[in-house]
Amino acid sequence: MQVEDFVELSARRFPEKTALVCGVQRLSYREIAEHSNRLAHGLIAAGIRRGDRVAVYLDNSVEAVLSVFGILKAGAVFMMVNPTTKVEKLTYVLNNSRARALITQHQKARDIQSWWSLAPHLDTVLIVGNEGATPEGGQSRAVSWSKLMAEHGRAIQTPPRQTIDIDLAALIYTSGSTGNPKGVVLTHLNMVAAATSITTYLENTPDDIILNVLPLSFDYGLYQVLMAFKFGGTVVLERSFTYHHAILEKLMEERVTGFPIVPTISAILLQMDLTKYRFPSLRYITNTGAALPTQHIAKLRQLFPHTRVYSMFGLTECKRVSYLPPEQVDARPTSVGKAMPNVEAYIVNEQGQRLPPGEVGELVVRGSNVMKGYWELPEETARMLRPGPVPGERVLHTGDLFRMDEEGYLYWVGRKDDIIKSRGEKVSPKEVENVLYGLEGVAMAAVIGVPDEVLGQAIKAFVTLQEGSRLTEKDVLRHCTQHLEEYMVPKLVEIRENLPRTPTGKIDKRELAARTE
Amino acid sequence: MPEIEQEMRQFIVDNFLFGDKETKFSNDDSFLDRGMIDSTGVLELVAFLEEKYGIKIKDNELVPENLDSISCLVRFIDRKSRATS
Repeated sequence: MQVEDFVELSARRFPEKTALVCGVQRLSYREIAEHSNRLAHGLIAAGIRRGDRVAVYLDNSVEAVLSVFGILKAGAVFMMVNPTTKVEKLTYVLNNSRARALITQHQKARDIQSWWSLAPHLDTVLIVGNEGATPEGGQSRAVSWSKLMAEHGRAIQTPPRQTIDIDLAALIYTSGSTGNPKGVVLTHLNMVAAATSITTYLENTPDDIILNVLPLSFDYGLYQVLMAFKFGGTVVLERSFTYHHAILEKLMEERVTGFPIVPTISAILLQMDLTKYRFPSLRYITNTGAALPTQHIAKLRQLFPHTRVYSMFGLTECKRVSYLPPEQVDARPTSVGKAMPNVEAYIVNEQGQRLPPGEVGELVVRGSNVMKGYWELPEETARMLRPGPVPGERVLHTGDLFRMDEEGYLYWVGRKDDIIKSRGEKVSPKEVENVLYGLEGVAMAAVIGVPDEVLGQAIKAFVTLQEGSRLTEKDVLRHCTQHLEEYMVPKLVEIRENLPRTPTGKIDKRELAARTE
Repeated sequence: MPEIEQEMRQFIVDNFLFGDKETKFSNDDSFLDRGMIDSTGVLELVAFLEEKYGIKIKDNELVPENLDSISCLVRFIDRKSRATS
C-alpha cells in the first residue's frame, strides 16, 4: 500500500461521503480523488518526475490537502513547510532538498518573490489565490493553481503509478543540532506503517470525524488527514486554535469524535468556561509532545466525562512510539505509555546494551515506521540509525532518555543532547543562537530549555550586549519573531552583564540551567 | 473612530509585534493570515478591550468576524459601546 491509496481506496468505498470540511468548503472523497489527479497531471506536465521534491508552503487549506496527494500521485515527494517559516530558512530548505516546485499562496509568493533567484532548482511556483495577478519577477516560473487545474479539468483519472512502497513519500524538516534544519526521509512504507499502528490503537472507524487545528507541516497535524482518509472518516480542517470558542462551536456542530491537541491547547481549554458546551459525540482527545501535567489530565477528564484521553510520545523520525491506554491514566499518570502496535521500544545504556526495568537510558525504537535517514546527512543518520538485531536492520536511537517499568510503560526523563523539546517540537539551541548573533548589538548568546508546566520545556535566551548597545529584551524578542518560526521564538529573554564560562572558555550552559529556577 | 483605530494599531504593534513598526499591515489584513495572533493573544486582546472600553465580551463573540483585523475591531467596539451606553 502507498500513501495516495488512502484516498483512492476510500473514494472507491465512499465516493460521495464528505472527506474534508474546511471553512465553508465540503469535499467528497470523489472530489478529493479527482482534484488531486488533476493536480498530479498538471505537475507531470510541468516537468515533475518520479522522486522529485515538491514543497508546500500553505496555511491549512483544501489546496494543502490536495497538494499532498497530487504530489504523491505524480510519483514525487512532498515537503510541508511551516507557513510561519521565514524566507531565509525557506530558501535553505528549498536548496537543501533541491525542490523542483513550490506550491504557495499569493500573499506568501509576494513576500518571497525576491528570493526566487536564490533557489535555482526551483522551476515551477504554483500560486493559489488572487487570480489573474502574476507576481512580478520570476514570472516564467509562476503558474496559477486554478489555471493549471482548469487546463487539466478532464484529467480525473489517476496517472499511471511509477513508485513502489519503498520509494520516498515525504521529507519532513526538523531542527538540527548544527543549527540548520535536516530533512527526515520517509518512505510510503514508513508512513503507511505509522498510520496503521495509530489508527489501530485509536480504534478508528469510518464513522470518526476528526477536528484538526494543528499545522500540516507538523507531522501530528499531517497524520490527522492521512489517517482519516485511510479509515474513510471525515476531517474538519481549521487553520489554528486561535479563535478557540469558534473552534469548540465547530466541534459541536460537526459532531466531532476525535480531537488531537498539544499541551498549549489543553492549557487554554482549562482556562475556558466550558459549561455551556456539550460534546456527546467526542470519543477521544489525544495529546502528544510533552506529557500533560497530571492535573491537566484529571481536569480534562472532568470537563469531557465521556471522552477518552490518550497521552502519547513520538518524534518525527518514526512519527510515534507509544500511547497510554486511557484506562491506565489513573495508575500511571506520568507515563507516555507503551510501544504502539507493531513497534518495539527498549532502553539501552551508553554501550548499546538493553537495560532492565527502572534504569534510565536511551530509548531505542524498532519498526517499519522508522525513517530511512536524514536527507544527504550520512553522519547524522549513522548516529541516529544503528544496526539492530536482524541483519541489515537499523534501529532508531532517539536521543531521549527514558525509563521503563516492569510492564513496559515508558517515562520520559530528558534529552541526551541539548536539543529543547517545546510544545512537542524539537528546537535546536544553535538555530536560535544563530539568529540572536544576527542582531546588531548582541555580543554573546546562549539558549537553553527550562522546565515549563505547559510547554514541557520553554525556550530561554541569555544575551550579553556589545559595549554601548541599548538593546532591550523586547528588541531581542522582536528580532526573533522576525527570523524564526513561531514555535522557536524564546518565551523568556534575559540580558546579562556576562555569561558563565567552562574552564575551556565555552559558555557554561549547565551552570545557566542550574541557576534558572 | 480614527482614535479607536489608532489605539488598536498601537496595541497590536506593542503586544503582537513587540513594537516592530517596520511590519506593514493594512486595516483589513487578517491577523490570522499574517500569523500575528495565537490563542493567548486573543485572550490578551479581549482583556484589553474590556478594560479600555468598559465593554463585556461574550464567548460567542470571540470569532474572527469581530476580532481578526483592525477594521473588524473598530466596528465591533463601536457596536458594543453603543449597546452599553
